[in-house]
Amino acid sequence: MSLLNQYFSVFVQGFGHTLLASIIALIGSLVLGTLFAIMQVSSSKTGRIIGNIYVQVFRNIPLLIITLFLYLAVAKVIKMTGFVAGTVGLTLYTSAFIAESVRAGILSIEAGQMEGARANGLTFNQAMRVIILPQAFKVAIPSLGNQFINLVKNSSILAFVGGLDLMYQGNLVAASSFDTFTTYIIIGVFYLVITMPLSYYVQHLETKLKKKA
Amino acid sequence: MSMIEFKDVQKYYGDFHALHDVNLKIDAGETVVLIGPSGSGKSTLIRTINGLEEIEEGQLLVDGFDLHDPKTDINKIRKNVGMVFQHFNLYNNKTVLENIMLAPRLVLHRDEAENKRIAMELLEQVGLADKANSMPAALSGGQKQRVAIARSLAMKPKALLFDEPTSALDPEMIGDVLDVMRDIARDSDMTLLVVTHEMSFAKAVADRVIFMADGRILEDSSTEAFFENPTEPRAKKFLSQVEHH
Repeated sequence: MSLLNQYFSVFVQGFGHTLLASIIALIGSLVLGTLFAIMQVSSSKTGRIIGNIYVQVFRNIPLLIITLFLYLAVAKVIKMTGFVAGTVGLTLYTSAFIAESVRAGILSIEAGQMEGARANGLTFNQAMRVIILPQAFKVAIPSLGNQFINLVKNSSILAFVGGLDLMYQGNLVAASSFDTFTTYIIIGVFYLVITMPLSYYVQHLETKLKKKA
Repeated sequence: MSMIEFKDVQKYYGDFHALHDVNLKIDAGETVVLIGPSGSGKSTLIRTINGLEEIEEGQLLVDGFDLHDPKTDINKIRKNVGMVFQHFNLYNNKTVLENIMLAPRLVLHRDEAENKRIAMELLEQVGLADKANSMPAALSGGQKQRVAIARSLAMKPKALLFDEPTSALDPEMIGDVLDVMRDIARDSDMTLLVVTHEMSFAKAVADRVIFMADGRILEDSSTEAFFENPTEPRAKKFLSQVEHH
């Protein structure tokens, strides 16, 4: 406990960066993932190809490599801090998985919903936005919840590029206090502070929507 | 003036020739019933008219637009050509009232108060005003289909396509849906094209009957002529089979 007291501000600073990176990456990957999911189910061949390539690339390369590539190569052209590189890497990586979850959600909605909307005069985009996606997200919620929890834990990637997050600060504390064990226990608890409420919220959403349906 | 015109239309699914040399002209205001054994291409034909299926060859003119022309904006045609499906295809995430009001709002930008007034009138017309705030899942099949008809009518289309509208319904539900369709045929000047197996409906309502088999139109005659004296042996056989039921 004295370790926590002694380094409290360091832990809190790490916690803040982890939380911020998680929130940005969550919103970013949800938007990107949904866009690429729509491209993959669109009638445009180019759209399907681009969507597919994007998902395959970012889903099948380790997060660490994506992040290091941003930090070491891309950062030479576009200036960015480790925090930015880590958060962008996390967003790109997670968005590929979100795209797959959303795509599965869209495909689970019977084709008649889209046909009914198109025959009714709606454009593809209107039908997607108003009819298909609201139903698809309901189906995808358990899987999206998993992705979001993974995202929070994966944000520890920031530590590799000097991202000032929990893991990064933890490494510093462990190195200067020599109490590795306690340090990582404390770090673990801080992660739980984000992930536990998140998973309860997802569960709550799931039961609420089930009741409604 | 013709509302719908097929000229030498061909449609394939891979090697399967789904529509074979289809030539057909339907005038504005006509009520036409399309019948034939399953797999004959009736649904495919009706679904080409609002572009849910594309044609490979020939010309298909709907409301003056050429559907085979890549420059044609399909949404312009769909604004004026409604469709009622076998499986209703109501929006599962919207109330009955919202189902009817959605397309007029998004596509026609109809004034909200006016939109609601028209939607309630249509619900009244199909006998479901009390279901305005229900979700589709709470309705019976027959009720769903009547809402689907109201949804199509809300766009005030020039033509309405019915793709086996009663085939998925329990027998006791069919009558209510056919009654609504009969009223539309009688009271409106819309062009109606109906794929159905309901022969009594065809006899009572249709100006013309078209008989299809194997992707071809085999017979196209006035309703009396078709039922009293079908010329095609396949049509005769089909009629004797369905009229046993």
